[in-house]
Amino acid sequence: MDLHYDIKGGDFVNAGHASSSLKKVLKQLNVDSRRIKRLVIALYEAEVNVVAHAYRGTIQVQLYPGEVEITVEDEGPGIEDIEQAMQEGYSTASPEVREMGFGAGMGLPNIKRNCDRFHIESTPGKGTSLVIRNSISD
Amino acid sequence: MTVCPTQAIRVREGLARIFEDRCVDCGECYKVCPVSAIIIEQDDFEEIYRYPVRVAMLPSVLIGQFPSRIPAKQVYGALREMGFTHVFEIDSVVDLVQQGYEMFSKEHSDLKPLISTFCPAIVRLIQVRFPSLVDQLVRVKPPMDLAAIHFKEVLTEQGHSPESIGLFYVTPCAAKIASVKSPVGDTLSPINGVINMEYLYNRLLQLITNQDIKEADQDSDLLNERGILWSLTRGESVHQKGRSLAIDGMNNVTEFLERLEETEDSNLDFLELRACDESCAGGVLISGNRFLTVERLNSRAETFRREAMVKAGSGYTEWTYVPETHNLGPIEARSMLVLDADRITAMQKMRKVEDLLKVLPGIDCGACGSPTCRALAEDIVQERAGISWCIFLQEVQLKNGKLTLDEADRINAGIWGSDRQNRSQK
Repeated sequence: MDLHYDIKGGDFVNAGHASSSLKKVLKQLNVDSRRIKRLVIALYEAEVNVVAHAYRGTIQVQLYPGEVEITVEDEGPGIEDIEQAMQEGYSTASPEVREMGFGAGMGLPNIKRNCDRFHIESTPGKGTSLVIRNSISD
Repeated sequence: MTVCPTQAIRVREGLARIFEDRCVDCGECYKVCPVSAIIIEQDDFEEIYRYPVRVAMLPSVLIGQFPSRIPAKQVYGALREMGFTHVFEIDSVVDLVQQGYEMFSKEHSDLKPLISTFCPAIVRLIQVRFPSLVDQLVRVKPPMDLAAIHFKEVLTEQGHSPESIGLFYVTPCAAKIASVKSPVGDTLSPINGVINMEYLYNRLLQLITNQDIKEADQDSDLLNERGILWSLTRGESVHQKGRSLAIDGMNNVTEFLERLEETEDSNLDFLELRACDESCAGGVLISGNRFLTVERLNSRAETFRREAMVKAGSGYTEWTYVPETHNLGPIEARSMLVLDADRITAMQKMRKVEDLLKVLPGIDCGACGSPTCRALAEDIVQERAGISWCIFLQEVQLKNGKLTLDEADRINAGIWGSDRQNRSQK
């Protein structure tokens, strides 16, 4: 089963829409609540990344009986140095974004911490693609 | 039907039906129903005479409803006149509850934020709709239960046999009736019966207005200003250490809990959550205006505060919280959202729901007897409803000959009752 969401850059009000909707789906499928929380947190952080840094993006969720695969792709400035971006506290967020309580430099590390498998690719000047996979079997 | 926070109501044969396992007894439907279709089950008042010792257990919001010209002592007197042998304000035990909270939070410092178990509708809401949060519920018995345990001990010490004692809780809401009849985290409630506060308030007001009622005391001198305010919004949260929040009103609570489930670290220590606006002062069985009730209780608390400063050394230190008897047992999650226990079947059902949503109108009109189009789609998938129950799809089926007018009439009568239809045809 597939779920699809579009994200607009700069639209902080609706950040969290996809993660909230995924949460409802996973609850209906009787997924363990700790597993739901990990996925919801990872997806929320990914949504915020797109909103804070990119121009637009898409989220594709593929649900299998035992696993969830989420692909987040955006069109945006991309990440110059992924290794650096993966460090806690490193942030390129603008002062405006920080003012709203985002951009503490915890996004990517937080996503990684809440995923079983994590893969990120980025082309500076074009955009970033992130694939995460988590088990949802008991 | 649409106000229900767990979508437990369906209209069938012209009546509102409630899925019992989903209902959290919050009373939202009772508050809004224009035709009083929702009935609250209660015990017959005469039940009290089955016991030689008849105790009226009062929450402080009962006294708060009376106009200030009627003193609390006159209400106690009227209760004795009605047949009670003892009167006990249950909020006298809140210092014991507070001791329990402090012990529980020390033992479970990893659980944050802790969530109060004071409001039984909230406990049930978390069980059925927010199962991931059940471990955060503070497993300390609420004031009504601790008061019952404590006061039964007091009476037994005075020489009454336990069987002769009947403890009757005067309830401001439906949720507390349910928590006596089918307690959560406890096998049997220590309370023997429940009296509807609306009924009792009326009787008391009649008595006090028509007769010369002598003033009397309640059977505990331990009530303090904390107890008087405990059941109101912020009554618990102001006494908790760290960052605490008080949220009242079912919509406000569900909105916050959705958010709490989705964020990792809220930095909160304690949540006081109440189903009713203005907490117990806004209970469905409260006859007085909730804002005036809050105001009167605030000034009553102020009087107690001033008196306590004069009168040194009151008795509450003699009570100690005993986890073995005063803690609640485990609280189970019982999610009502799950489409099927089997993952693959659940996914198939979910796909069917999504497919149905593409053809349903999506305006949540409720004419099918389900609160939303999504709820109808789920009901169809769970074989509790049919696709022709949607009046828009009925129209389509009538046009292409898949349904006859008679069949459509029968379906609609099954939902809204045959009376209603006859009436509209006349």
